[in-house]
Amino acid sequence: MQPNQFKVDVASKLKIVSLVSVGKHPQSGRVRRSDQDSRAVELGLKLTGDNRSGESLTVLHAGDPREQSLRSYAGMGLKSVRVLQLDPSADAILPLGQHLLQCGADIVLTGVRAESGESSGMVPYQLAEKLGWPIVPRVANIVSVEGGVAEVLQALPRGQRRSVMVQLPFIASVDSAAPEARQSAFGPASRALMDIEVVSASVDMTRESWEEVPARKRPKRLKVVKAKTAAERFKAATAKSQGEGGKVMKNESAVEQAQAIFDLLKEEGVLR
Amino acid sequence: MSVEWLHPLLIATALALAVIGAVRRVNLWRAGKPDQINLIAGLMAMPGRYLHDLHDIVERGKYMSRTHAATGGGFVLSALLVILVHLLGIDSQILAWALLAALALMFVGALFVFKRRLNPPSRISKGPWMRLPKSLLAFAGAFFVLTLPAAGVLPEGSGGVLLTVVLTALIIWGMGELFFGMTWGGPMKHAFAGALHLAFHRRQERFGGGRSTGLKPVDLSLAQEIGGVLGVAKPTDFKWNQLLGFDACVQCGKCEAMCPAFAAGQPLNPKKLIQDMVVGLAGGTDANYAGSPYPGKAIGNAKGGPDHIITDGLIDPETLWSCTTCRACVEECPMMIEHVDAIVDMRRYLTMEKGKTPNKGAEVLDNIIATDNPNGYAPASRTNWAADQNLPLMRDVKEAEVLFWVSDGAFDMRSQRILRAFVKLLKAANVDFAVLGDEELDSGDVARRLGDDATFQSLAKRNLDVLSQYKFSKIVTTDPHAYHCLRNEYNDFGSDALNRVEVLHHTTFLNQLVQLGSLKLSPFTGAKVTYHDPCYLGRYNGEYEAPRELLRSMGIEIAEMERSGFRSRCCGGGGGAPITDIPGERRIADMRMEDASSTGAELVAVGCQQCTAMLEGVVEPRPQVKDIAEILVDQLVDSTADSSVGQLAREVH
Repeated sequence: MQPNQFKVDVASKLKIVSLVSVGKHPQSGRVRRSDQDSRAVELGLKLTGDNRSGESLTVLHAGDPREQSLRSYAGMGLKSVRVLQLDPSADAILPLGQHLLQCGADIVLTGVRAESGESSGMVPYQLAEKLGWPIVPRVANIVSVEGGVAEVLQALPRGQRRSVMVQLPFIASVDSAAPEARQSAFGPASRALMDIEVVSASVDMTRESWEEVPARKRPKRLKVVKAKTAAERFKAATAKSQGEGGKVMKNESAVEQAQAIFDLLKEEGVLR
Repeated sequence: MSVEWLHPLLIATALALAVIGAVRRVNLWRAGKPDQINLIAGLMAMPGRYLHDLHDIVERGKYMSRTHAATGGGFVLSALLVILVHLLGIDSQILAWALLAALALMFVGALFVFKRRLNPPSRISKGPWMRLPKSLLAFAGAFFVLTLPAAGVLPEGSGGVLLTVVLTALIIWGMGELFFGMTWGGPMKHAFAGALHLAFHRRQERFGGGRSTGLKPVDLSLAQEIGGVLGVAKPTDFKWNQLLGFDACVQCGKCEAMCPAFAAGQPLNPKKLIQDMVVGLAGGTDANYAGSPYPGKAIGNAKGGPDHIITDGLIDPETLWSCTTCRACVEECPMMIEHVDAIVDMRRYLTMEKGKTPNKGAEVLDNIIATDNPNGYAPASRTNWAADQNLPLMRDVKEAEVLFWVSDGAFDMRSQRILRAFVKLLKAANVDFAVLGDEELDSGDVARRLGDDATFQSLAKRNLDVLSQYKFSKIVTTDPHAYHCLRNEYNDFGSDALNRVEVLHHTTFLNQLVQLGSLKLSPFTGAKVTYHDPCYLGRYNGEYEAPRELLRSMGIEIAEMERSGFRSRCCGGGGGAPITDIPGERRIADMRMEDASSTGAELVAVGCQQCTAMLEGVVEPRPQVKDIAEILVDQLVDSTADSSVGQLAREVH
């Protein structure tokens, strides 16, 4: 899939917002631009056309505007980064949602999960819930937007893709399979403007009571190679992962399908 | 018919036009950025620099040096005397005879220029340059005949109309080339710009036998300024004396003949690059260029001007990224042009402004920024290689005679063998040494050569902060690239951490130990050995002797390669070239290994982990590759071990 094959309605100029967070390098623990978030910025830049960078793409962060890693997003060629200045203990969802509504976003791009902080991966879902917009998780690319409907490619395991049609506006979380982010250059990074808006939000009380400790490495389960021949090993390495147990329900009624999901969630102890 | 007024008028006209041309040319240079140069001192030093520094380089080829001395010297003398005798009309037989002698000298020189141009080597430019010897002959010949009456050899007014017409035509041609052409962009421009380049050179330290190889730091505050640009985007972003330097090029192509990237068929030719810079500073196209092209790229498509972005139409970025920064071109250039400075200046723009470092460049830079090493390993794993070495850490001991700078070889299994060998030698010689451990960071060499001076400066400052906490009198490293940075490039950041500290390459230091008798070596009995000079040790730091002396101290007679010492050919590993990996027709490392194989050697001694990696990457069969430390360690006579064995033996009996 070539990203420059992208088709947009000429009449409607898309308003795209990429949400970025403070990344953390897995080896050094140093702050950086987050891998998936920077892919979200890359996708945003491609969708709005590289030459008009900064015009219809808004790169949005909720947090501390002095954060150095924001500069490395800006180094991708952004003229400015919009920052909703927040207290570190505040819950960013509400002000983010309000801002997205105000600016009339058509497509909101996020990473799948942040590299630091809670890293729960819940931000796109909570925003979608708050705004009542559809969410497309783990997208690899956005192929076209025509007549208010976008064709989105979702990344599935082992390089598979699923094409999804979705109504604007929507939220998409960008998978690591999306095109790699362009290089961040020092000059534009230093020059970019931090477009600050001070907002207040309620303190995330649930989080207040949490205690943070570094993650402990869990022992890895030893992998037993059952394959006897090279062909079997090849198949094991490339075959589509087969879900065990599940069932495909296509012809049943919606009620039956919902009941099946409900039963499964109960069985797994998600719902009590 | 009296035409006495004609020739003085012609001379005066040619000189006046030359002055106008000179003013125009100077204004082209002045479009560049200012640089701190003492103009008067430079001009005063210029003749000495011509006779000494420049001529030392030309002297490497006897034919051309004598030819140039006769032609150039004869011309300068003739030009002065022509003004006295023919323009000012001073009636003196002595002056006339002196002029005749100077013209004769010039004529003889020009004959040799002519002879060389009969069958010119591919490296020199053709086009207008093929006309030059004829113009020289015309000038010298015509003025010779014209001066005969003044010298009293011929009676005044002898010769017919025909002779006068012919002489006049020849004088116009000769002066057109030599006076007018000198400042209006003809081949003789090299004399005018070259002389001024010697006076106003950006690296004044190079003259008088000095060495100046460290890159100049970028003023990063330009990133905050409105309209500021990091690196060089347009020709006018160069310093004015760099522009002057480009104009000094005599298109002899010695750089081209030495350039490893050119030989490998990568799209770089240092001579063409400098000529493209001239196109840039003066405006126009490269259609008139009459030398070898960039391999694989046709001539005539490059367009530029003083305010055009260089990489938009004048130079393909691939050309800039092909350079290994080996400095072979700079070392060879008789006009002392700084090709590598210019290339890195333009890379800086591509990396720091455009974010366009090709291939693995961006990834490597990201890794260096995030983990202080180019491969993104955990910073805390830097000393894992020495888990069994029991190395004293500076953090613990605070003070040692020698600080062993380990470099990023710590993360590479092949380089670790070199490090281990060196540690064994240090221990055998009872050297009081310590390492920085995890406090050491990448030296910044790769980041700087890839154009990311911001990251280089950040690493340099942080390294200097760490170094300033400890006391040591020497830094020794096995990596010539780190050596170069520490020795030549860390001085620009206002730290006194390296004041009164000697920075040494391990071969220099080991040679001292061997000379002092601290290391006992047994004679090497293996096969024939050749030595490969690493660029960053040799050309960048002038260390050619210590590694050779070390090899000789083991009884090795070095089978020298045709290109060794200051003419050593690069392994292809410098300047981030393996990272940007611009395709060519051959690999530089393969060519270097061919050089080594053709000496019949079975072992290539090297003093650089990067060279080791590059040369070992050549497919077998090929000579073995070993760092000098590894060869030494095999020949080490461990006196302490022997005596303890003896003691043990005595106790048993």
